[in-house]
Amino acid sequence: MMKKSRRSFLKVAGIAAIGFSASPAITFASSDSHGTAQAVKSKNKEALFAHRWGMVIDTSKITDEVVESIVEACHKAHNVPNFNHEVDAEKYPNTRPVNHKQEIKWIWEEEFHYAFPDKEDEFLAEKFHNLPFLVTCNHCKNASCVQACPTQATFKREDGIVLMDYHRCIGCRFCMAACPFGARSFNFRNPRPFIEEVVPAFPTRSKGVVEKCNFCAERLAKGEQPHCVEASEGAITVGDLEDPESEVRVLMNEHYTIRRKQSLGTEPSVYYVM
Amino acid sequence: MLEIAIKGSKNYWLWIVFLLAVIGAGAIVYIDQFMNGLMITGMSRDVSWGFYIANFTFLVGVAAGGVMVVIPYYLHNYEKFHRITILGEFLAVASLVMCLLFIIVDLGQPTRMLNVLLYPSPKSMLFYDMLVLNGYLFLNIVVGWKVLEAERNQVEPVWWTKPLVYLSIPFAIGIHTVTAYLYCGLPGRGYWLTAILAPRFLASAFAAGPAFLIILCYIIKKFTKFDPGWEAIQTLSKIVCWAIIANLFFFLCEVFVVYYSNIPGHKAHLTYLLFGYHGYHALVPWMWTGLILMFTGAIFLVIPQLRNNKALLPFTCAMIFIGAWIDKGLGMISGGFVPSPLHHVTEYAPTRPEIMITLAVYATGFLVLTILYKLATQVKEEVGG
Repeated sequence: MMKKSRRSFLKVAGIAAIGFSASPAITFASSDSHGTAQAVKSKNKEALFAHRWGMVIDTSKITDEVVESIVEACHKAHNVPNFNHEVDAEKYPNTRPVNHKQEIKWIWEEEFHYAFPDKEDEFLAEKFHNLPFLVTCNHCKNASCVQACPTQATFKREDGIVLMDYHRCIGCRFCMAACPFGARSFNFRNPRPFIEEVVPAFPTRSKGVVEKCNFCAERLAKGEQPHCVEASEGAITVGDLEDPESEVRVLMNEHYTIRRKQSLGTEPSVYYVM
Repeated sequence: MLEIAIKGSKNYWLWIVFLLAVIGAGAIVYIDQFMNGLMITGMSRDVSWGFYIANFTFLVGVAAGGVMVVIPYYLHNYEKFHRITILGEFLAVASLVMCLLFIIVDLGQPTRMLNVLLYPSPKSMLFYDMLVLNGYLFLNIVVGWKVLEAERNQVEPVWWTKPLVYLSIPFAIGIHTVTAYLYCGLPGRGYWLTAILAPRFLASAFAAGPAFLIILCYIIKKFTKFDPGWEAIQTLSKIVCWAIIANLFFFLCEVFVVYYSNIPGHKAHLTYLLFGYHGYHALVPWMWTGLILMFTGAIFLVIPQLRNNKALLPFTCAMIFIGAWIDKGLGMISGGFVPSPLHHVTEYAPTRPEIMITLAVYATGFLVLTILYKLATQVKEEVGG
């Protein structure tokens, strides 16, 4: 029952978010949608489908420039606040100074020994030391955040993507304690003054809720590749982990891949080609 | 019975006004937090739980500690505890009020808190924590009130209070066990990922709760005509003694496992707390202070001459109470978050607004405690014991 209504909510939300149409309920929930037409509750024919979505990151193709454009593409499209952005004092008077420790990030760069702290090695190959590693939500098969959430605001879709309902989240931050990858951020304050340019196609968040990478579910629903894939110049590939013929599986067969903190058993869906 | 609370001495009213002032100051700060978010706290992306949740955890222990008077009296008919059982139950009520308030002030979206009931999630430990905390609160209010009322009317308590009392015993164990499960079931947090966490929580609870109760007995004896009885206090002090020794023993077990196994993910947290980690050591002096207080307190309680020294005992109890608060309130939560899952070190310290809100929650708890204890002691005075 719960699952079904959530699934249909998402179908609608995906469409409403891109502004094509909105049911009254969605108009109420999402202030950024402008459509008035009836909601279309069937699946978009162009939508990309997978039994379990996964991601392969080719670390040899990740350079500082690529990282920068990926992070920018993702954060801009998803209205992720940038605490370095100078606040428009007219629009947001009396904005207090920021605490950078309270920042929000969906995908970002880490050094090897932070991305893989359990693979700490004093004789680690030189080339890995300063290599930029991209980290984000792993959309784990056994997601500990989904288990921890007391309201099912964090939930797992049938296709493996771990999503959040920003309108249900009570901000208890149990999911942040549960995530072994530090993938989650909490809105310690209203994020809107720190969004350079609001992208109306995606909702902004309010203070007091948690957020994280959503695998660009809103783009997959339109048949488009995630922003990070498009900006990655071929370094990031997404596809169906359960399909042996899929692009990601082919890559995993051809190259040696590792995952973050594999021993914890959460079964991350993000693979790194070394 | 409540009318008793509005008749009191000048000192009583001064104390009430003082508590209300602290609550008022904290409430004003809370309005700021409500409007502007948890940005006013010292919490961060890496340390996402802080002072509120730490104090919540500690007070769950104080609440559970109440069962240490309930068990001897109701299960073993230990008559000496007859006079103080109600004090243990009312201490649990006041502690639980604080616990629930700490959860609420910690929420990013407190107005949505009923979502926990609207979308019950049986896989989430918070769901069960909500059930047992509210259940234990309800049981203690009903039982405490009914038994006290019966005592005032010089009749036997109504029969159904008995089964509720028996039910409250597993609830007391339950609240602290489930609270430990909040932490110890998380895969990526080495400091909490230990089966000894729930037993350790219970041990420190059964030390801190009764230790505080002893201090309260001294205060009651000084300010009212009701005497809780020296023998009852002596028995309580033995309970505190064994519980604090168990707590220290469990801690040493933890230290052994962490350092002998030498697994970095587990070691980093304890090293941060006890010796500092990568040059960060904000909590090191606190942790050692807490440990010394608990160890010294344990020694003072083990030696009969020192334990039975009426002048020394309240200080020993204060040492244990403060030591347990540092161990659980400061170290336990921050320690679990430092270093972060990516092994970054972000330290945490509560901000001034955060401390003011915390104090206001404590003041609310003390207000509840004062009123309930006023009722209890007055009734006991009326009926002569």
